[in-house]
Amino acid sequence: MCPEPIPTGVALSRERLLEAYRTMRRIRSFEEKLQELVLAGKMAGFLHLYVGEEAVATGVCMHLDSRDWVTSTHRGHGHCIAKGVGVAGMMAELFGRATGLCKGKGGSMHIADMDHGMLGANGIVGAGIPLATGAALTAKVKRSGGVGVAFFGDGASNQGQFHESLNMAQNWKLPALYVVENNGWGEFTPTGFVVPVADIAERARSYAMNALIADGMDFFDVFEKAAEAIARARRGDGPTLLECKTYRFSGHYVGDTLAYRSKEEAEHWKQRRDPLERFEHRVVEAGLLSSDALRSADGEVAAQIASAVAAAEAAPLPDPTSVTSDVYVNG
Amino acid sequence: MSRLLSTGQAINEALAIAMETDPDVILLGEDLVGGGTREVEGTDEMGGVLGTTKGLEKRFPGRVLDTPISEMGILGTAVGAAATGLRPVAELMFMDFLGVCLDPLLNQAAKLRYMFGGKARVPLTVRTVCGAGMRAAAQHSQSLYWMTAGIPGLKTVIPSNPAEAKGLLLAAIRDDDPVVFCEAKGVLMQRGEVPEGDFTIAIGRANVVRTGADVTLVGFGATVSVALAAADALAKEGTHAEVIDLRSVAPLDEETILSSLEKTGRLVVVDESTPRCSIASDVAALCVDRGFDFLNAPVRRITAPHSPVPFAAILEDAFRPDAARVIAAVREMG
Repeated sequence: MCPEPIPTGVALSRERLLEAYRTMRRIRSFEEKLQELVLAGKMAGFLHLYVGEEAVATGVCMHLDSRDWVTSTHRGHGHCIAKGVGVAGMMAELFGRATGLCKGKGGSMHIADMDHGMLGANGIVGAGIPLATGAALTAKVKRSGGVGVAFFGDGASNQGQFHESLNMAQNWKLPALYVVENNGWGEFTPTGFVVPVADIAERARSYAMNALIADGMDFFDVFEKAAEAIARARRGDGPTLLECKTYRFSGHYVGDTLAYRSKEEAEHWKQRRDPLERFEHRVVEAGLLSSDALRSADGEVAAQIASAVAAAEAAPLPDPTSVTSDVYVNG
Repeated sequence: MSRLLSTGQAINEALAIAMETDPDVILLGEDLVGGGTREVEGTDEMGGVLGTTKGLEKRFPGRVLDTPISEMGILGTAVGAAATGLRPVAELMFMDFLGVCLDPLLNQAAKLRYMFGGKARVPLTVRTVCGAGMRAAAQHSQSLYWMTAGIPGLKTVIPSNPAEAKGLLLAAIRDDDPVVFCEAKGVLMQRGEVPEGDFTIAIGRANVVRTGADVTLVGFGATVSVALAAADALAKEGTHAEVIDLRSVAPLDEETILSSLEKTGRLVVVDESTPRCSIASDVAALCVDRGFDFLNAPVRRITAPHSPVPFAAILEDAFRPDAARVIAAVREMG
């Protein structure tokens, strides 16, 4: 693979580059472990993997801080990790333990961490979009300087919640960022079968909204475009629809037979567009990070995930009487 | 001190007090201010389709947000704002419109706290107009509080008079859980004494409006006045009815209902919604489950029929529960 140049607008320190790599690797390794656990019958539930799309969550969330909120989708582990949620609490949640982030009440599709500005994965396609719009409204009313970021897929851009939210956000010039992760597939249906526009970013024009398109397999491109969109939002100049063209390496869910998609298509993306490999080639070639530093980061991540699994397996199950707690604030 | 106000005026007063006392309270909905014509001489704001929010934007600039006609966007945005630090009051112009925006209530507002292991709070109030009585027919007249009452994580309240509207709305806005605040058309048209100043009415507690030893009449929202009218008529026959105003259909004040039933041994529940899976059915089930030994007669449910709400006056009047049906039911109990 020919190394591509790093965009000149992206000047990141060695530490920030390592942080980006670690985040992407953490997402990848966390999910590879989940797949292994599910296939071994050690973990239950509907799991949707983000593998292949790591550059999107990472490239966007590296611009966010404690003022900001993100909403996610059924494919939400990557957004959690990129927003700074700890893998130990996540793993315990996916094991359905009392020590899980959501005390075993959320699971994969509702994993959330309010302490890290992570307003939830969401089992309803498109439902996170107005929630992030509401977070942006809070930021605007309270003048917090924060932004509301909605991650969602190409499929969600066909939902009314998407269109209603974009229209409202532009009317009110909210500090919002709508990140559509166009991975080419809505469950088992190719995006082109159900989306009549070539680029989902075009949909922003109906709302006179700023739109950008990024190569979602390229951390640097996502990072650069997200920087522009988030700066614009923080300045009070309104929302952006950022389309990241990406690819879902796995099926729609763990256990998906993938009968609907050609092996060649998937192999092409995995072999030629893998966001971790592309990142590595470029930073090593440019002399910014050494292969050794990256392998050492791999080791750290692997150890962290192994320890998260061990802790989760040893953690207590929720008390069955807690089934009725947390329904209301007082009881 | 109290004055005579309409329910709409009482709601307007509660909203103003809530906004005055808490900068995090915002209002959003369709036409709450009303009109891009605000700056044109000789025109005025509408203050909502029933004028309920009139004047609030002038007092609280930037905190009363007119939205597009996008109910799902309104409620979804309000849920997100509530979870991140505001205390929004969203208006769903008519409860029938739940049909286009149920997800933010059903799957988001009601469930965030639970799904997140108790870490989220969603202090959202949804004000919505329900009920028949304005010749608005099938899509603007439904009483769908039974739907929201059946969703764990939501609270649903329904005042029966202007004073209650003020106190319950202030309690709803200050509640840290999502509350659906139902404004029954029959109640919106009433006027009544409303105390001045800031006060709340506890959510989840019923109110014994009239005491009596012979039969319990349970109403809520617009059916409280139906029950009171029936009680007046029955008193003339020597039957003394106790009238309970539920105020809140979720949570349901089971103890007040049961202790009244224990005293009277007979119960009629009056509900302006359709009968299946209704609050009336819930109250009847409660009496059988937990009050069976108190019962001297079968529980009677006086509800609308299992039909859409019709338009023509004679049909709509036939649809709505009235005092005559309540009186007849009590007489049949012997």
